[in-house]
Amino acid sequence: MKIRANLLIGGILFATVVVAGLLAPLLAHTDPVMDANLMYAEEPPGAEFWFGTDAQGRDIYSRVLHGARISLTVGIVSQLINTIIGVCLGLSAGYWGGWWDDFVSGLTNLMLAIPSLIFALAIMAILNPGLTSLLIALGLTNWSFTCRLARASTLSLKSQGYVQAAKVLGYSDIRIMLTQLLPNMLGPIIVIGTLGMGGAVLAEASLSFLGLGIRPPYPSWGSMLSDARDQITTAPWISIFPGLAIFVTVLGLNLLGDGLRDILDPQSRTRRI
Amino acid sequence: MAAFLLRRLLQTVPILLAVALIIFILFSVIPGTFASSMSDDGRSVIDVQVMERMNKEFGFNDPVYVRFGKYVAQLVQLDLGTSFRTRQPVTKVLAERMWPTLLLTFASMLFSIVVGVPLGFIAALRPGSWVDTVSMVGAVSGLSLPKFWLGLLMMYLFALVLGWLPSFGYGDGSLRYLVLPSIALGVAPMALLARTTRAAVLEIMNADFVRTARAKGMSERKVVQWHLTRNALVIVLTTIGLQFGTVIGQAVVIEKLFSWPGLGSLLVDSVTLRDIPVVQGAILLIVLSFLVINTLVDVLCALIDPRIKYT
Repeated sequence: MKIRANLLIGGILFATVVVAGLLAPLLAHTDPVMDANLMYAEEPPGAEFWFGTDAQGRDIYSRVLHGARISLTVGIVSQLINTIIGVCLGLSAGYWGGWWDDFVSGLTNLMLAIPSLIFALAIMAILNPGLTSLLIALGLTNWSFTCRLARASTLSLKSQGYVQAAKVLGYSDIRIMLTQLLPNMLGPIIVIGTLGMGGAVLAEASLSFLGLGIRPPYPSWGSMLSDARDQITTAPWISIFPGLAIFVTVLGLNLLGDGLRDILDPQSRTRRI
Repeated sequence: MAAFLLRRLLQTVPILLAVALIIFILFSVIPGTFASSMSDDGRSVIDVQVMERMNKEFGFNDPVYVRFGKYVAQLVQLDLGTSFRTRQPVTKVLAERMWPTLLLTFASMLFSIVVGVPLGFIAALRPGSWVDTVSMVGAVSGLSLPKFWLGLLMMYLFALVLGWLPSFGYGDGSLRYLVLPSIALGVAPMALLARTTRAAVLEIMNADFVRTARAKGMSERKVVQWHLTRNALVIVLTTIGLQFGTVIGQAVVIEKLFSWPGLGSLLVDSVTLRDIPVVQGAILLIVLSFLVINTLVDVLCALIDPRIKYT
């Protein structure tokens, strides 16, 4: 099979970020939180500090590497929560129908009416800022698209011969959903999940930028950018590298999602948006 | 037509009530109240008696269902309560902030439509060409850019280095102040619109009626004008409607970055200070704007495409 350019580039970009995050303790030059030294404040990029230093004299390169761990954790875990919620609700609503389907469809429409960042912001308001709160806020607010997709796929799949055969063989509803329906809708769900991961990385950065996500001194890319705002005139490099890291991660995930869609759902190639 | 519009607008009422309920429940489980959070901030100490009086005044001692009942009764009378912080009516606080947000949202959507739709159209008319490749690479990059980073970089270049535009603030609300925030906010919807338009036009180009029109000898200009544009417009309009909601939501970050005095910055400040009536009001207003805009887009789609019935 010919590998498409978007899949290849996206895969390389995302793999680079994953490796950087995993090996951050080995690759980083200094401790991202503790090693502040005002003697080296706002040093421009150079041989000693590859990406320069921030206002507290911390090495930006080391902080960007460690920031990858936070962004990837939030992106992967929150999207996993969204996918599990969306698939469970959509699959069961499509399969059982009736009042449960009406309830889930109503809830999905409701979720679509509230902008997800605003909803996440409201949830962050009642929780204390931190990684766990972020995972909850972003994991509960972005499942509606997965739910709709799972419901629509279930509706079209449940009349297929193999599902009817499983029913005749006496399979339980849960077993039919997990072994007959779920594997056949996995392709589009993986695509939505990959694209959603990029959205979650952006949302985490936005909330941390607003001071409602990961709090300083921990090196989240969003909070690093929030800190960098005050030094934009004297030390613009403090803003450049964390933003570039977010851009590369999200671009990688978006390209990967597009590439996977071309392979897993070839019919959508022309109607892709 | 008027009945259709009225019916669609009435359909937003249960959604708004449900959103009000969700937001109300969410803020009812907050450990502590505004009064206690004021004393928790490490700067102020509130006397127990004062806190008790505030709790009584704001009704925090009532059971949750009583508070929700009172809240809905107020809501029906378009009364969103009183701000804990400024003691002003929430409707007044929101009214002051609504216009800057609408201005920013419409300006960024205008930018995204004016740039994104023609870009997608041109790309679709020459699939596989360099124009197509460049615009689609640009589109996927635009979707991946963090808005506040783009805003920060533009602020640095155009305001601080070149000095062409003001770096932040609302000023007198003139175009100069609007340019940077609206472009920063509009890049992502622009990218999505370019991709949607391209996809819609490509799909319609393969439709039977377009092939028939060409086979009849219709000129390419007329095919594009009569068949492609009108049919693609419905899909593009629907995307524009949905993007409005996202843009109003995302405006929070851009408003905070550019110190824009809109609903978003009010929401973030009120969240930090736990000014719950303002947070509830701002979220309701954002959801209402989203629903109304989508209803209007639906009506517009029905006007453009006679196949869509007023049902």
